[in-house]
Amino acid sequence: MKAKVHVTLKNGVLDPQGKAVQHALAGLGFEGVEDVRQGKFIELELSETDPAKAEAQAEEMCKKLLANTVIENYAVEIIEG
Amino acid sequence: MKSAVIVFPGSNCDRDAKVALEDVTGGEVVMQWHGDADMPDVDLIVVPGGFSYGDYLRCGAIAGNSPVMREVKKRADAGTPVIGICNGFQVLTEVGLLPGILMRNANLKFVCKDVHLSVETESSVFTGKYKKGQVIRIPVAHHDGNYFADENTMKALNDDDRIAFRYVSADGKRGNGANPNGSMDDIAGILNEKRNVLGMMPHPERLVDSALGGTDGRPMFEGLLAAVS
Repeated sequence: MKAKVHVTLKNGVLDPQGKAVQHALAGLGFEGVEDVRQGKFIELELSETDPAKAEAQAEEMCKKLLANTVIENYAVEIIEG
Repeated sequence: MKSAVIVFPGSNCDRDAKVALEDVTGGEVVMQWHGDADMPDVDLIVVPGGFSYGDYLRCGAIAGNSPVMREVKKRADAGTPVIGICNGFQVLTEVGLLPGILMRNANLKFVCKDVHLSVETESSVFTGKYKKGQVIRIPVAHHDGNYFADENTMKALNDDDRIAFRYVSADGKRGNGANPNGSMDDIAGILNEKRNVLGMMPHPERLVDSALGGTDGRPMFEGLLAAVS
């Protein structure tokens, strides 16, 4: 079973890398990019077969290691099969 | 006085810390490998600078979960003085020994230069040999030193006199580009509630010998020596 984890910066936390990407996009002529927030995407291959348990496991991993909840939010998506 | 310096794969200021400690304290310095939680009794633990685990995931995140750090946390809770310098500061925030987090520098650049710090408190074993308001010159070398904490944490740090050092100009003034990384409230170093854990981005261990350009880091280790003797 696969777990897809998105780690993103919380609202209100300044994201200098996102800002730099936004400026670079504007420099390339892409107009109307009002904001850019950069985050991480982590894919986990889990041996767990119960989706609810797999989700709980992945959430625990986010809290303990994958995200720093001082500044980051996380979202877990379980892909069955 | 006996000290331990924690060594992770990717630490690169561990030997500087050892040399500085041996020079100032004259005591034994144990190099403690990160995978070995069996640490001798020591009077001081230094979590040194560097790029532990290549800064993978987040600076200090993987190191924070190593076996030795669980032991360091126990010792800190029991009152042993712990200093985290640069990457060591990042590790201590990841372990939860210090609040907040060190984010990417606001200008996105690696900054490597001498900065000036004002000593914000004398009341700790780390800063007791300095004078409050004293301006010292210490080098920084980091990419992620932009201290961030929520409003409540910032209030607690200020109210409880837990800000150890702030970035200032040579004449002791805040602002005007004195802050090299955009850290909140110009924070360069903070203490935990019990005041036995210090995290700081600048490198005091690099300035304990006048042959290396200055001795402004020396009083920190002299203060620790006096405190444990």
